[in-house]
Amino acid sequence: MKFRTFALALLGTSVLAGNQAIAQDVTLTIESWRNDDLGIWQDTLIPAFEAANPGIKVNFTPSAPAEYNAVLNSKLEAGSAGDLITCRPFDASLALYDSGHLADLSDLGAMANFSDVAKSAWQTDDGSATFCVPMASVIHGFIYNKDAFAEVGVEVPATVDEFFAVLDKIKEDGTYIPMAMGTNDQWEAATMGYNNVGPNYWRGEEGRLALIKGEQKLTDEQWVAPYRQLAKWADYLGDGYEAQTYPDSQNMFTLGRAAIYPAGSWEISGFNAQADFEMGAFAPPVQNAGDECYISDHTDIAIGMNAKSPNADAARTFLEWVGSAEFASLYANSLPGFFSLNSSPVEMEDPLAQEFVSWRDKCNSTIRSTYQILSRGTPNLENETWNASANVIRGTESPEDAGKRLQEGLASWYAPQQ
Amino acid sequence: MDGETHKRARRWHIAVFLAPAVLVYTAIMILPLFGTLQLALFREIDNAQVFVGLANFKTLFGDPRWSDSFWNALWNNTWFFIVHMLVQNPVGILLAALLSSPKLRMAAYYRTAIFIPTILSFVIVGFAWKLILSPLWGVAPTLLDAVGLKSLFAPWLGKEEYALTTLSLISVWQFVGIPMMLIYAALLSIPDEIIEAAECDGITGMSQFWRIKLPLILPSIGIISVLTFVGNFNAFDLIYTAQGALAGPNFSTDVLGTFLYRTFFGFQLQLGDPNMGSTIATAMFIIILCGVCIYLFGIQTRLRRYQF
Repeated sequence: MKFRTFALALLGTSVLAGNQAIAQDVTLTIESWRNDDLGIWQDTLIPAFEAANPGIKVNFTPSAPAEYNAVLNSKLEAGSAGDLITCRPFDASLALYDSGHLADLSDLGAMANFSDVAKSAWQTDDGSATFCVPMASVIHGFIYNKDAFAEVGVEVPATVDEFFAVLDKIKEDGTYIPMAMGTNDQWEAATMGYNNVGPNYWRGEEGRLALIKGEQKLTDEQWVAPYRQLAKWADYLGDGYEAQTYPDSQNMFTLGRAAIYPAGSWEISGFNAQADFEMGAFAPPVQNAGDECYISDHTDIAIGMNAKSPNADAARTFLEWVGSAEFASLYANSLPGFFSLNSSPVEMEDPLAQEFVSWRDKCNSTIRSTYQILSRGTPNLENETWNASANVIRGTESPEDAGKRLQEGLASWYAPQQ
Repeated sequence: MDGETHKRARRWHIAVFLAPAVLVYTAIMILPLFGTLQLALFREIDNAQVFVGLANFKTLFGDPRWSDSFWNALWNNTWFFIVHMLVQNPVGILLAALLSSPKLRMAAYYRTAIFIPTILSFVIVGFAWKLILSPLWGVAPTLLDAVGLKSLFAPWLGKEEYALTTLSLISVWQFVGIPMMLIYAALLSIPDEIIEAAECDGITGMSQFWRIKLPLILPSIGIISVLTFVGNFNAFDLIYTAQGALAGPNFSTDVLGTFLYRTFFGFQLQLGDPNMGSTIATAMFIIILCGVCIYLFGIQTRLRRYQF
């Protein structure tokens, strides 16, 4: 008897709650790994969207970057993921699309605002379906301490030889640690090391695509030479760099103890807040003066829709807005260092961000060599590259051995390289 | 008569009292365990789970890349265990012996202080030790410098040769309180008559410890060894918080736990492979099961028990 009344009461409340939900606004939830951006979403982006679209509420719920992929996959499997999914580039998102978790967004009007290159990271291999709206790319280069350069009396280097001359001079002077990087977390060595200086050797897209087609090998000179440069970096890193972590390096540079920081443009907003000296940036140095330069302009972040979202219409409205020029301008300016992929030009105020983006006009853009297709199998080329880059800097593996090991690993599963 | 009615009455209360534990244990331990074993026998082909028998195990042990990682991780686990057995347990016994000495003052304080790290989270321990040992901001280089031994300092967590041993010692630091407490309890439970009898026979001091107390606490040491074995072969948290899922430098701190995590959930661009992950988990389960069985049937049955 008691149980029945309880059940009735439950039923009653759920009916009431259901009615309420109909009367209420639609609430969209965004899954993301960018917990650094929580403030920007809550204070700038979401209010701007909600003001223009009454009746739709948006919730930004980020998780830790290292856990994002695993957390998101489990949530999608369990059916508890949010309506909007922040997309990692290439295979991670492609796999989600293939298993039916991400909706096809090819027919979204805003897709016309993006170039094919911008969309390439979130398309099926044949380009027939696009499943995420591109948001931003990040550019690699070096950020330097202008005061330190003035004090030591060095100029921004353009070639590799000049680069090492600058490092030598800073080292001789002794006031500053020449370069802030550690190998403890491994990824900086690959992302800010290998894929930062590398495109100048393998000539950007030319080499990257040749590698995918199987025309070049990781044992070729242009793929081993960047490792040779990395091996020379070890002399210019701080004491005990082997145990130096990523946050250690960031602090070392922003505290003014190091002169050069191999960087990705995503550091800009954090560095602006932390450093009290003037900063500049230079593109990865070329081999010989006058050589054509190549930069890594990596399509990094996009946003797609959970195929099982009950609020598909509202989600599409939101995605149309993400593809608009308004969003591009808001996003690029609140997050200097994340450069909009939108075709409409965006005015940016941050001088450091302007410096980074100016290389797009001078140099040829490419993306990180390991991201498209080549990291599909086991062993995973990207993870192997982390390991190899860190080994090479620590001097526990020679550049040639590293290239040979990676090539063997890639050839073990990737048919065009066999 | 009375006995018969007792027999006939169904003793429902036993089932009722057991039910919560059985249900909860089945739901959160036994079912997932069998789920894992089952998953290890399947493989995803064209978005469908296909039964492949032992093919995953064949890949794990037959493919040189998989098996290299596996044996590397297993050896690292073993080394982790060896360090614990050589350092944690002897030190734990020593501390317990010191604490149980009636002459020691402030025993309660030492007991608490040594036990406290055990209740700290791995995240805190990993982070604190990373800071202590940091070549940039750590107190370790400064302290060594103060006594003129700066040359002995190395970025231990970043060197292939030292990283795993360093992590093992951090873990020893954290968990030395557990063997200490268990042995301490065992030492306290030794009846005074036996000690007095030993004293009458002229066995005192060190020889009393070796000849009287140690044999009496051997069963406890056995239990501690098994707990250490299971804990060490399941290790993951400390390595993950200190070195990340890639267990650097150059996989020198990769244990089965981190290898399983990377494989099962994926890492960065590497997509998760639940089937191979379950295969590794099953291998871990079998290894731990074998270790525990060896102890149970090979050692525990031979331990002599003393009745007081």
